[in-house]
Amino acid sequence: MKAIKSQRYTAFILFFLLSFSITSTPAFAEGDSHDSHSKEFIPGEYIMHHVADAFEWHLATIGETHITVPLPIILYSKTSGWHAFMSSKFDHGNTTYKNFRISHHGENSGKIEEVNQQGEVIGLPLNLSITKVVAGALFSVVLLLLIFVSAAKSAKRRTGQAPKGIQNTVEPIILFVRDEIAKPAIGDKKYEKFMPFLLTLFFFILLNNLMGLIPIFPFGANVTGNIAVTMSLALFTFAVTNLNGNKHYWKEIFNPDVPMWLKFPLPLMPIIELSGVITKPFVLMVRLFANMMAGHMIVTVFISLIFIFGKLMGTAAGLAISPVSIVFSLFILMLDLLVSFIQAYVFTLLSALYFGMAKAEHH
Amino acid sequence: MGFVTPDFGTLFWMTIIFGILLVILKKFAWKPILTALKERETSIANALSSADKAREEVKDLKADHEKIIAQAKKEKDLIIKEARDLKDKLLAEAKTQASGEGQKIVAAARQQIQAEKQAAISEMRKQIADLSVLIAEKVIQKELKDKASQENLVEDLLKDLKLQ
Repeated sequence: MKAIKSQRYTAFILFFLLSFSITSTPAFAEGDSHDSHSKEFIPGEYIMHHVADAFEWHLATIGETHITVPLPIILYSKTSGWHAFMSSKFDHGNTTYKNFRISHHGENSGKIEEVNQQGEVIGLPLNLSITKVVAGALFSVVLLLLIFVSAAKSAKRRTGQAPKGIQNTVEPIILFVRDEIAKPAIGDKKYEKFMPFLLTLFFFILLNNLMGLIPIFPFGANVTGNIAVTMSLALFTFAVTNLNGNKHYWKEIFNPDVPMWLKFPLPLMPIIELSGVITKPFVLMVRLFANMMAGHMIVTVFISLIFIFGKLMGTAAGLAISPVSIVFSLFILMLDLLVSFIQAYVFTLLSALYFGMAKAEHH
Repeated sequence: MGFVTPDFGTLFWMTIIFGILLVILKKFAWKPILTALKERETSIANALSSADKAREEVKDLKADHEKIIAQAKKEKDLIIKEARDLKDKLLAEAKTQASGEGQKIVAAARQQIQAEKQAAISEMRKQIADLSVLIAEKVIQKELKDKASQENLVEDLLKDLKLQ
């Protein structure tokens, strides 16, 4: 049975490899101008390559051939207008296409810059590319829609009956979000309005956290470990909180119950309260990003330990250290599994608490 | 430190993606799921409360039953007691009546006996008187056959008289 299963697994991977138009070009030989493609192992770059966003989805490098899934590049340049093409045109960052290239040096490293005919950088275009992170998020959205729309269908079909199948799997988590997060944090009467947002937030974060731990395409994109993603989520919480702020909420910010000299002539307390309004989503953004980024980083650090030892003390040392590395990586992965749930819970809980504050009545 | 600066493109797409996800899931997933959950909860709560009600009713019925049984028992006791009282009364009445009757009979018997006795006594007296006259005749006849005995008799009679 196991053999059959593993065969199926291989077939599954092969299917993915073949179904996406794969670009494979021989990597440049040693001594190439691009450091990232030189054969020498540089741990920092290796780690960043695995945790950071990218314009293509790297699957594997066999020998000197990179196997990647190309992703759309969408650019707007002040000089030449809109451009849209696949990332395969960049040839893994080795060539310049339509006067655009991926920078490998300096402060713009990793970004797309526009160059003129002479090869001089003339500026950064507005970059709206579907990067690896965005593609990963889109894939998670497809999964979420599949899971929850089918759960909703089954919930509709089986009204008044016991839940079954996928509905049975997600219902306890929905109930957890409702009874352990929304109700205590917002209050029994007002929580219903926020349930769709809290549920979407919780499941989006949870699914992306978990998907980020699976290192095989189409999983493995470090979505929730990307600060732009967490910033977007935090901005949603920020917007929902302040759009729902009642009179009491705004009074507590601009005219809190403190001695007059704290408000006039210098509005000390209002400044502190206002900074709190911004700090709350900011903390949400940083917490999720840092936790997920750190988890992914530590795993890759332990793996790169093998190659560091291999380089410093020979292949035998690398081999000797590999069991330790693997055990540590496994341990960190297990920890990340836990962290995935905790961070989804914490983000949702804190969002719910902020909504509760925005909706609180004077007492 | 590129990875701590949010990328505008990612932020842009993520906001659109999450916004659309929120709208779609809200309409097609969360609303039906949450309504179904609520409906089920209310139906369960209703079922539980009606079960409670039924239990309460059964309890009431039981209490009613017990009440009825208790009343019946009481009535039974009362009837038995009445019957017993009646029996006692009847017995007592019969007894007094019987004893009165008996006494009457005894008194009548006694009277009759007295009367019979009286009659017997008077009869006996009469007969004794006759007999004694007869005896006296016979004795006198025998005693007065000779002279000596006549004299003795007179003497005895005189002795008696003297004594008196």
